[in-house]
Amino acid sequence: MIEAVGLTKSYGSKTAVYNLSFQVRPGRVTGFLGPNGAGKSTTMRMILGLDTPTGGSVTVAGHPYRKLPNAPRTVGALLDAGAKHGGRSARNHLLSLAQLSGIPASRVHEVLEIVGLREVAGRRSAGFSLGMGQRLGIAAAMLGDPQVLLFDEPVNGLDPEGIRWVRDLMKRLASEGRTVFVSSHLMSEMALTADHLIVIGRGQLMADMPVRDFIVQNSTSFARVRTADAAHQGSLAALLTEAGGQVLPEQDGALKVIGLELPRISDLAYGADVRLWELSPHHASLEEAYMRMTQGAVDFRSSDDPRGAGSGEGMGMGAGMGAGSAMGAGTPGPPPGAQPPPGGYAPHAGYPPHAGHAPLQPGGMPQQPPTYAQPQENAR
Amino acid sequence: MANTGRVVRSEWTKIRSVRSTLWTLAAAVVVTVGLGMLICLLVRNTFDDLSARDQVAFDPTMTSFAGMTLGQLAAIAFGILVISNEYSTGMIRASLGAVPQRGVLMAAKVAVATVLVLIVGMIIAVASYFAGQAILGSSLSSSIGDPGVLRAVVGAGLYMTLIAVFAMGVTWILRSPMLAFGILIPFFFMISSILSAVAATRKISYWLPDQAGSMIMSVVEPVNDRPYGPWGGMAVMGAWVVAVLLAGYLVLKRRDA
Repeated sequence: MIEAVGLTKSYGSKTAVYNLSFQVRPGRVTGFLGPNGAGKSTTMRMILGLDTPTGGSVTVAGHPYRKLPNAPRTVGALLDAGAKHGGRSARNHLLSLAQLSGIPASRVHEVLEIVGLREVAGRRSAGFSLGMGQRLGIAAAMLGDPQVLLFDEPVNGLDPEGIRWVRDLMKRLASEGRTVFVSSHLMSEMALTADHLIVIGRGQLMADMPVRDFIVQNSTSFARVRTADAAHQGSLAALLTEAGGQVLPEQDGALKVIGLELPRISDLAYGADVRLWELSPHHASLEEAYMRMTQGAVDFRSSDDPRGAGSGEGMGMGAGMGAGSAMGAGTPGPPPGAQPPPGGYAPHAGYPPHAGHAPLQPGGMPQQPPTYAQPQENAR
Repeated sequence: MANTGRVVRSEWTKIRSVRSTLWTLAAAVVVTVGLGMLICLLVRNTFDDLSARDQVAFDPTMTSFAGMTLGQLAAIAFGILVISNEYSTGMIRASLGAVPQRGVLMAAKVAVATVLVLIVGMIIAVASYFAGQAILGSSLSSSIGDPGVLRAVVGAGLYMTLIAVFAMGVTWILRSPMLAFGILIPFFFMISSILSAVAATRKISYWLPDQAGSMIMSVVEPVNDRPYGPWGGMAVMGAWVVAVLLAGYLVLKRRDA
């Protein structure tokens, strides 16, 4: 069990984590989700007592990490798979960590076996691939057979087989009653691995709920509408907006309508004497829901994207939300977990090339719109 | 503390399993002993050309440790690498994850490295002395039984050790190997000797760690106005080492890893 209460971390005037409160319970995989630079790693370092919180506190099994009676037997962590001396062999790397924790050397061979690195145990780790390094990091986390496991982006650099292996490992560890806390920036991966989700953006809590609830709440449905005559598109859009729908143009000329049932759209079109060539139901992907939730919290610079500059509405949304959750001045942002208004799709309107290809199922291929892919160093 | 033993064992594994750190110690041996022998050879061949005053002040023991000026740089490199390896690789976070008591980790790491460098330092001192005396020949050389000579040999080993520990302390503060190398190497290789060569700053240079510590290696009373003797100089150097280690500890304890 990991418990954070009002956890805050500032670096000078920059706030990386703001007033974060959550619990990570045993027996399930808890996904820790957020865009790059949202404060995931900072939070994990604070859990492990590496960074001192500016405010609030975090405990593991009831103790602050640095006061834990037998920390390495209680908690295992993979923070950075590169955190090893390249000149040291995998075996010696693990051996030094095992000795540090008072773990018998025989356990080194066990974990090497578990992660499938037995054959390369004697090789200097400088020659390891990203995936092998990741496995070595996971082996290190498992050395002490701990009840609490933290993994920061464990699937980075792994091939599909490796990703599947990590996923199964997490689930198995959780099913053994352990507390498993896994960070990721990929919603699709977490939807498959985690039982519970903690979503943060710009260092603040955005959601804390079971994955199933997250899916139900966030996979909003919408309709795709295409008129036979492009000239009627505008008038129909106005009509649908008047009826309370949210209408966004899609790249291929169709309309994306949110907030109106299909029969109602059909009736309105019929009443206006507009012929439809398409009227189809769709579901937003989880990835999209996640991005909508965190997009305001990604970065101010996301609005610099030239392709996004065409959409006034989308710009307003992104910038407005960003400003609202700006934490530099130390003022509280919007209430954590606040759902963005339905207009949250707006950024996609400003980025048409993707709008027509929204993945239809949870766990589909992750999209990479610019709002999400912007590197962010200021929250580090 | 019960777990100190295992931390020490782990630090030993870390040191012995990385080649680069061990190479620096090997370099310290080769450079110090080799350069000392070379200088002894030069002195023996040119001794008759020296002025009478220089001949009287000639210190065969100190001369055999002449390689220290260069060899100490390798010891400094060892001190820097053994600490900065943790930071440059990010291993420090894994280490502190396993040993949240930061003082214990630091003490164990410094202790293991110090013992290792002390052994190597003593080997260097003894080897430099006997090799140097052998080359100087019976007419110029000193004997280990002469007054102050044994103290100088043991002192040379201690000097080598303390200079490495000083580098460790500085690296705990700076963390980055580049920064530590960039500050320590020029300082001990040039700045310290420049300060001691310029009359205006000579008095200040007496209080620098290497200038004070190297007093222990001289047997023939040097013509100077230093306010301390050989062991006093060692104490000044020791105070420096304690100070940087303390500062390093405070940095480690206070700052985020």
